[in-house]
Amino acid sequence: MPPAIETRSLKKVYPAPPMRRRGTPGPRIAPVGAPAPALGPGTREILALDGLDLEVPPGEFFGLLGPNGAGKTTTIGVLTTRVRPTSGSASVSGIDVSANPVAVKQRIGVVPQQPNPDRQLTVIQNLLFHAAYFGIPRATSLPRASALLAQFGLADRGESKVDQLSGGQQQRLMIARALIHEPEILFLDEPTVGLDPQARLALWDVLRSLHDQGRTIIMTTHYMDEADRLCDRLAIVDHGKLLALDTPAGLKARAPGGTLIEMTLDGEAAPVLPLLQALPGLSRSTARENELRAYAERAGEAIPLILRAAEQVGRSPLDIRLTPPSLETLFVSLTGRKLE
Amino acid sequence: MSPSPWQVFGALIRRDVHVVSREIPFFLLRTTLQPIMFTFVFGYLLPRMGFVNRTYTGALLPGILGVSLAFASVQAVALPMVADFGWTREIEDRLLAPVPTWVIALEKVIAGTAQGLIAALFVLPVARLIMGPIAGLDFAHFGLVIMMTLLGAFTFSSFGLLLGTAIRGEQIGLMFGLIVAPMIFFGCAYYPWKALASTPVVQTLVLVNPLVYVSEGMRAVLTPALPHMSLPVVAAALVAISALFMMLGLRTFEKRAVS
Repeated sequence: MPPAIETRSLKKVYPAPPMRRRGTPGPRIAPVGAPAPALGPGTREILALDGLDLEVPPGEFFGLLGPNGAGKTTTIGVLTTRVRPTSGSASVSGIDVSANPVAVKQRIGVVPQQPNPDRQLTVIQNLLFHAAYFGIPRATSLPRASALLAQFGLADRGESKVDQLSGGQQQRLMIARALIHEPEILFLDEPTVGLDPQARLALWDVLRSLHDQGRTIIMTTHYMDEADRLCDRLAIVDHGKLLALDTPAGLKARAPGGTLIEMTLDGEAAPVLPLLQALPGLSRSTARENELRAYAERAGEAIPLILRAAEQVGRSPLDIRLTPPSLETLFVSLTGRKLE
Repeated sequence: MSPSPWQVFGALIRRDVHVVSREIPFFLLRTTLQPIMFTFVFGYLLPRMGFVNRTYTGALLPGILGVSLAFASVQAVALPMVADFGWTREIEDRLLAPVPTWVIALEKVIAGTAQGLIAALFVLPVARLIMGPIAGLDFAHFGLVIMMTLLGAFTFSSFGLLLGTAIRGEQIGLMFGLIVAPMIFFGCAYYPWKALASTPVVQTLVLVNPLVYVSEGMRAVLTPALPHMSLPVVAAALVAISALFMMLGLRTFEKRAVS
């Protein structure tokens, strides 16, 4: 059985965005996929994916974790035939997305980052017409649509206009729409962004039950807890590159030992660094501008030592934050920056 | 089992018929009010005042129909397309349909053509009512009238596809001011092309304007006794222009659909 998705040396470079006059009102139009770091000084091209290799077996709940602009949405875009790769290859169920996009579309369901229901149609018509675009006759799609609306708590909203739905309801409608043609693989791009905590938990339940039914799910997120709780395996990506790939437990085991201590000082943090390196029980300390970071097995014992070291060079702490060993601390150690 | 492209095309058409049929009154108001007001001023008021010869209505009516069908077709395709690709992203559910993307673009053009036909069929009796009896108006070739309307509407629908995918959302006002308005004034809608012989430079320059061929084509089939371009020339020009617009429009559509 071919992998559900596979990418080999996948690369995507967006051309330089068109020059915009300053102060021009109106909506921003961006290509599918969030803007990512520029290639370098002088070029305005955007390198969104930089040789990404992924392989996901059928039935897996797979997460792409990374900060905004990491290349997650572009990866989903390539796999769902909406973004043309610059080089490398990507396939879905063994079918090359560039060579045969139509066959790929037949097998996938896509939940976009922003709900984009057809606002000219009612809730149930959104499902029925989407089914019709997949050649499903009404006799089949009508009971299926009713069942999906019931499953997603929208049973009494079938005849409503889409605009009357809340954000969470619209997002659930998008998932129902993505499932109406019974795809093998479901793609979700940041499905819980903008949802209130209750709606987010409800959505997690929905995704878990879909996964329990054996469906392959590919989800992007920049929420650590979401990735941790839902996904079988996680890929951490940044700047279009794969930084780590493992189960959440496996990744956490790789997190640098101890608690991450972050301290904001009232001045440049670099002078404190040499003093820290001599301290026992501290590892991997770094300084950037006013920020000091270090890992300690026992944070309670380490903090007074750090404070004393800071005092010696005339620095006082403005803020101290602690993060226990987690995906978060691994992420910071891999990328040098925080997710949110 | 993948559906055939035509099965999907049918579903897309059903969606547009469903959506557009609810909006027909607004659609007609939006696209035909201007030509109808123009008809009232130039086809009713001015002739009664004696500023304009009464035979002018024979030259005006086909042109008014040309403007109506062109304006309706171009708007029917371009406006939703700009919104869809610009901010609502609603077309994305259709871009996920298991068909090549050109099927989706072609469906939009066909639906726009139908809306151009509806606009022309609405304006024809209204304009005739406003202008009163029109010398030279001849419905003997009504089949040809429909054919010419469809060809003209298809040309402007494909133009709408090109504009709607090539133009950014914030430039939509500019598009109507800089492209559509001059097209209407220099489209031989309000005067026959032959009469431009008095200003040969203008007569030559307007030949790049597709509306000229639509207006002249409508004259050829509605008022064949009055001066007009020959029907084969008009048909050949419109086929060539619409093929060009379709080719460019499909290319820009593809670029917006797959980045």
